[in-house]
Amino acid sequence: MAFDVEAVRKDFPILTREINGVPLVYLDSANSAQKPQLVIDAEADLYAHHYANVARAVHTLGSEVTHAYEGARDKVAAFLNARSRDEVIFTRNITESLNLLAYSLSNATSFPGAERFQLRPGDEIVVTEMEHHSNIVPWQQLAQRTGASFRWIPLDDEGRLVESAIEEVITERTKVVSFVYQSNALGTINPVKRIVGRAKAVGALSIVDAAQAAPHLPLDVQDLGADFVAFTGHKLYGPTGVGVLWGRYDLLAQLPPFLGGGEMIETVTMQQSTFAAPPHRFEAGTPMIAQAVALGTAVDYVTGLGMNDIRDHEKTLTAYALEALQRIPGLRVIGPNVAVDRGATISFTLKGIHPHDVAQLLDEQGIAVRAGHHCARPVCLRYGIPATTRASFGVYTTLDEVDALVRGVEKVQEVFHR
Amino acid sequence: MTLSMDSMYQQIILDHYKRPHHHGLPEQFDAEVHHVNPTCGDEVTLRLRLADGTVADLGWDGEGCSISQASTSVMSELVVGKPVAEAIALQRKFLELMQSRGKAELSDDDEDQLEDAIAFEGVSKYPARVKCALLGWMAMTSAVAEAGWGTTQEARS
Repeated sequence: MAFDVEAVRKDFPILTREINGVPLVYLDSANSAQKPQLVIDAEADLYAHHYANVARAVHTLGSEVTHAYEGARDKVAAFLNARSRDEVIFTRNITESLNLLAYSLSNATSFPGAERFQLRPGDEIVVTEMEHHSNIVPWQQLAQRTGASFRWIPLDDEGRLVESAIEEVITERTKVVSFVYQSNALGTINPVKRIVGRAKAVGALSIVDAAQAAPHLPLDVQDLGADFVAFTGHKLYGPTGVGVLWGRYDLLAQLPPFLGGGEMIETVTMQQSTFAAPPHRFEAGTPMIAQAVALGTAVDYVTGLGMNDIRDHEKTLTAYALEALQRIPGLRVIGPNVAVDRGATISFTLKGIHPHDVAQLLDEQGIAVRAGHHCARPVCLRYGIPATTRASFGVYTTLDEVDALVRGVEKVQEVFHR
Repeated sequence: MTLSMDSMYQQIILDHYKRPHHHGLPEQFDAEVHHVNPTCGDEVTLRLRLADGTVADLGWDGEGCSISQASTSVMSELVVGKPVAEAIALQRKFLELMQSRGKAELSDDDEDQLEDAIAFEGVSKYPARVKCALLGWMAMTSAVAEAGWGTTQEARS
């Protein structure tokens, strides 16, 4: 059955809103996606009917809520095609997933049995020039703590990684390679398997930031071959406050914990503690229970729509939008200008008009886009621009909305050129 | 185009954005400051020279959204040649206007003094953009302070 975008739109109550007297055109899904009623209901239903703390209580509610929370882990494991549910760790968001790894790696310095994760001066951590700040700053900090060097694979003029640099930058000195699957600023989809393959060849850990990929394409961690894959719930039509870190079980089993506290322990005495097995070792304290459960619902929702169908729908939108936008005089797409190996996120600049003015004038027409450096400031520096305007699409985006964007941008130009 | 859009992007603002006044950095100056607005990534570098208690010269360079650049241009036009005390009083008045959330009640006298800066009244309805409009004005007052006003000149006058 063909992808029925009008039916999908009915699942999202916010899409009936008007902004400034006109229907909302929400083109900011890469920032955060809107929520289907099912997800909103799942969170409320848990609080209304099943709520208690997880994993601690023997009473009925405690058992129901634990079942729901662990059920969400099963759903995420299936969504990722993980070998085991114990490879799925709930975090607050992608930022916490990446920081968890960076801090666990630095904790390896003083953790018995974790020698293989230790970083020292002379070791190198590699990212790419297109990372958002969440996949730059934790690694810069880890480099500072351990004395390791921080390096990156540069961008070419088209918004893709310099292919030849993958081999040059990832070397025998590299211990960690952390990179984005799909760029939030450029839309570029990276050659994940090629980078993971290179990391493996030199014995480095490979970490894939799939925050912008998870909502748009099928994610199969076994097929990707990486050691760790992370994403966030709120971009996947789920609630805020919940993210995921998936890791190969044999690695998680050796990795030191990040946060210490309740539920991550095996035994505690006043002298010392031992730690639980993954995933609970990495989930200290009371977790985001209702949010994790509702993320499970969101995962069911997109799986029901079909990740392949979502990808095809968004590819059509992207190709159409790239063509229509690039017909506008003075508009420059920052990132790949054709719908090949790129996702449904289009950044652009308009000659003589600052992105914040573009976004403000689009908002007056009910069109929500993002303007700024998209928490990926090095990308703007690379292309010599202060910021971009970014339109990003989701399951509910229509071709009519792309047309509205194009007309909206033309109106912005009229205002500025009057 | 809705009314509120017109009220934010007044023709005066767009004119100043396209043809900014006092744009360019003078070679002689008492103080130079660099201010940044992280929301929009707006930047302004401003140089200023004081003489006999007045703003003798002021020039600036910058990049950013139309609101920040036009407001800096309007500010320059207003304060050059004015006694420093008046320039600071104008800045306070403008700050008040910007913090009014679209509810400023300006007297005829205020309007006379603020001249083109009145055009930014519409911006005060958009809290996210108020910092843009204030960027140049804040740079001016900090340049005045850096030039020693308030420590030496004011004490002498």
